[in-house]
Amino acid sequence: MLNKRGNILINLDWITIAIYFILVFLGWINIYSAVYDENHSNIFDFSQRYGKQLVWIGASIFIIFIVLIIDSKFYSAFAYPFYGVGILLLVLVLFLGIEVNSSRSWFEIGSFRMQPVEFTKITICLALAQFLSSLSFSWEKPKSILILFMLLTLPVLLIFVQNDTGSALVFFSFVFVLYREGLNKVLFITSFALIALFILALVTNLEVLVITILLASVVGYLLTSSRNIKSQIIFYSFLLYASVSIVLINYTDIFLNKEIVLILINVGVVALQMLIMYLIKRSKTLILFAILLIGVSGFVFSVDYLFYNVLQIHQQNRINELLGKNADPLGVGYNVNQSRIAIGSGGLTGKGFLQGTQTKYNFVPEQSTDFIFCTIGEEWGFIGTSIVLFLFLFLIIRIVMLSERQRSKFSRIYGYGVASILFFHVAVNIGMTIGLAPVIGIPLPFFSYGGSSLWAFTILLFIFLKLDADRLQIFR
Amino acid sequence: MKKTGERKYAIIGIVLVLFIIIWIKLFNLQILDISLKISSDNNSQRKLVIYPSRGLIYDRNGVLLVSNEAAYDLMLIPMNMKEFDTLSLCLDLSISIESFYNRLNYCREYSRYRPSLFFKQVTAQQYAILQEHMYKYPGFLVQNRTLRRYKEGIAAHILGDVGEVNLEILETDSYYTGGDYTGKSGVEKYYEKDLRGKKGIKVYLVDVFSNIKDSYMNGKYDTLPEPGKDLTLTIDAELQRYGEYLMKNKIGSIVAIEPASGEILSLVSSPSYDPQLLVGRNRGNNYDSLINEKSRPLINRAISSTYPPGSIFKLAIAIIGLQEGVLKPHTSYPCDKSTVGCHGHPPANGVAKAIQYSCNPYFYFVFKTLVQRGIEKSIFRDSRIGLNMWKDKIVALGFDRAYDIGIPGVNKGQIPGSDFYDKLYGKHRWAFSTIYSLGIGQGELLISPLQMSNFCAIIANRGFYYNPHIVKKIDGDLVKGTNTQKVFTPFDKNYFELVANGMENVVNEEFGTGYYARINNIRVCGKTGTAENPHGEDHSIFVAFAPKDQPQIAIAVYVENAGFGGVWAAPIARLMIEHYINGEVSDKKLEKRIAEENLISEKIKNAE
Repeated sequence: MLNKRGNILINLDWITIAIYFILVFLGWINIYSAVYDENHSNIFDFSQRYGKQLVWIGASIFIIFIVLIIDSKFYSAFAYPFYGVGILLLVLVLFLGIEVNSSRSWFEIGSFRMQPVEFTKITICLALAQFLSSLSFSWEKPKSILILFMLLTLPVLLIFVQNDTGSALVFFSFVFVLYREGLNKVLFITSFALIALFILALVTNLEVLVITILLASVVGYLLTSSRNIKSQIIFYSFLLYASVSIVLINYTDIFLNKEIVLILINVGVVALQMLIMYLIKRSKTLILFAILLIGVSGFVFSVDYLFYNVLQIHQQNRINELLGKNADPLGVGYNVNQSRIAIGSGGLTGKGFLQGTQTKYNFVPEQSTDFIFCTIGEEWGFIGTSIVLFLFLFLIIRIVMLSERQRSKFSRIYGYGVASILFFHVAVNIGMTIGLAPVIGIPLPFFSYGGSSLWAFTILLFIFLKLDADRLQIFR
Repeated sequence: MKKTGERKYAIIGIVLVLFIIIWIKLFNLQILDISLKISSDNNSQRKLVIYPSRGLIYDRNGVLLVSNEAAYDLMLIPMNMKEFDTLSLCLDLSISIESFYNRLNYCREYSRYRPSLFFKQVTAQQYAILQEHMYKYPGFLVQNRTLRRYKEGIAAHILGDVGEVNLEILETDSYYTGGDYTGKSGVEKYYEKDLRGKKGIKVYLVDVFSNIKDSYMNGKYDTLPEPGKDLTLTIDAELQRYGEYLMKNKIGSIVAIEPASGEILSLVSSPSYDPQLLVGRNRGNNYDSLINEKSRPLINRAISSTYPPGSIFKLAIAIIGLQEGVLKPHTSYPCDKSTVGCHGHPPANGVAKAIQYSCNPYFYFVFKTLVQRGIEKSIFRDSRIGLNMWKDKIVALGFDRAYDIGIPGVNKGQIPGSDFYDKLYGKHRWAFSTIYSLGIGQGELLISPLQMSNFCAIIANRGFYYNPHIVKKIDGDLVKGTNTQKVFTPFDKNYFELVANGMENVVNEEFGTGYYARINNIRVCGKTGTAENPHGEDHSIFVAFAPKDQPQIAIAVYVENAGFGGVWAAPIARLMIEHYINGEVSDKKLEKRIAEENLISEKIKNAE
């Protein structure tokens, strides 16, 4: 028994490790394809990005060994000092860092560049886990809440000051961790609504409206979840209905004014279902929720209506340009438009390895970093994107499941932190390449070119795997 | 503390739903939305048109009349333009900064991300400098074009001109895209489809800066341009040049035809212009000044101007009279000046003499017998029948017909028939006395110099002709079809012979009106004409063919406002014939006198 507990090789979750290596490998060959150039076709050419990425992958394996060798108690014991170092780096980079793409978030030592924000994700995650799992923490104590608030706000503010909005937003994903650990559901809804409204403000369209309603409904249901069979049936029928309405909005021209009809139906059905659920459960929260939902839908709809029916064409154009919609394909929305063209041109099976014309000929910006997903979409098609999407989904859910089996609260909270960060990165990165999310420059984990980001995600993940491997050593 | 383990389902649920949304969106983008695939093709492929070289044009002896010359259009893709040294570019092109910005705005208005024409036809010298600086001007590129080169500077009306396609052509012919060149007039227009060749297309993959990266699919969809076909004209460049030289400072035309083939040897319309004026950057300005000139040099008078033929029409009256039997070879009429005016000449005994002296009363009577056949009692009805019979015969002699010679703009002229006069005066309200002047080539007759020349060729051939034409070979192959079909006229060969004798006398006998056309060793047959012109001086006309037997050339010369036909038109015809047959002209003094004479009427001169 003791032997088994001690043998890290047996206790490691090899499934997660396998997915990690598959993703890293796929990332590497897509970087190769994205920057492929017939003059430098050797995949081991270290002057090229794919060559460098290979070096960083090699270094990652070394890092993995170190992470796994270190005692797991070390991570919880040194969580706060790490946090301090992380904050220090964020402050230092403001003074010593260099500016890349208008954000001052990089250290440059010789030819080597490092982005400290990538590593602060780990340190903040550790500190959060340590604080929430400490015996002194209680949701009831205002002092605890204040410290928690400051713990999270300090790095976020520093990152905002660096003008790296994208990375700052990542920390909002900790709301999942907090929710799991007992955050008041009203607060959770509020933070969630904040994120949703933020995205809405940037890319208002009907799809987003429907998605918001859908998400809100799911959240609403889960918050008031019951074992009641009837309400479950209602929930699933609602889910089906919402999916169908997304499909209808996207693909039909049956109605003369389908938007209005669909929105009205949508709002009507949501209200009806809420009413039914209220009658079954008699919950006041539900009624409030339903009113809120209808209110938001009505608001978004009326904005839409005002936009198209009251404003003049040139006024609409101006606003559209401001929002980066498609009106001017070479203007503000250029990146997203090119990225959508690249992914869309892949079709079902894609153009094949190295055959992508959009990404290869630089139509898509940042093709090996933030927009690496375009290469996957163009060269491997819908099949490729589905596989990558599934791998990420599997990885995230796997981490959540692993977290739940932890005996230590610290490990569980840290696990949720890892899952949240990965989820936010994946959803927003892929979302922005297909026009679902605003373009905020955050990398696709394990795929995007860059040492800082690869190492940070590797450390982030493997600390958790180490904690998980040692879970049996902890006695409850 | 509350149990919150259940909340993992909520979190997994949210993750799941968001991934499903992304997945649906991907399905939409990659499977359902076809427009993105089309966008992608336009995005990354550039079709580069490779222009074929336009067909060359030679004269009948292989002299190169039209060739091609390289030109360079400077194109701009405004999207790709970055900050650069605008002053340097302005200096390279010798344009002002204002002009630069005007051009830039023009390009931007056309398209931000397609090449549009920034500067047309950069000269070779400018290009030499520009080429070295091109790397400094991002977004600019050079497109090779060919321009026409009219080396000989002659035959502007025959060759025509080439210009940018207009909207009408763009809409009707899918071959062209905006900015392409097409024939606008003359042979260039008529044979456009042969001359233009076939464009080639090269498909390239380009990056976002429109830099060419690679050929698409290894050139699988590329096509090579097919060069245009070369034309060989029937024109004799030497004779054409000589004709234009003689017609300097005169308004009118010369049409020379080889009777045995219908090939047009020269087609001079004066005033002419250097066809090179309508090529290149100054085309617009030159065109404007040409079109505004009072003497209207852009009109091809030889085929599109029509005039009363004057006395040369007597030849036609004679042939018809003889054929109809109302005139016998030895019929004589008195020179009765009470009918129509005439000049003093010995009695016209017989048709040949009448032609020699160009006796007006004689042909008045002949035409009278042709019109008043005595078929109907009423002179009105009778004249109507007679005129129609006459018109049928006249048309059979090749008048009232727009010959398809290979140049657009051929005018069919006008031979009035009964319908014409019915409309003018009312049915049965006119008779011979109304229309008698037709008999001496005046009145409502309108004949083009081309028709006069072809008529002369019919006499030279003693009764037949080939469709007059201007292109002999296309890419070395003889042009067949109507051009090689002999057309017979329904008249007896002997009557033509008789008329030819008369024409011979005109030039070679005493009291002949065309003695200025006499050449020592060549028997020239000719006929003078003087057409009354209500707007000014009479027009001077001369038709001739030579030699009398086995004629090599039939010619019509028409000089506007030059007076009596024998004085100006006849010597011009004579010089042309001599130059063509003998290769040189014996009477240099005459040549000089003709070439130096300015016969442009005061009205036009003063207007300029």
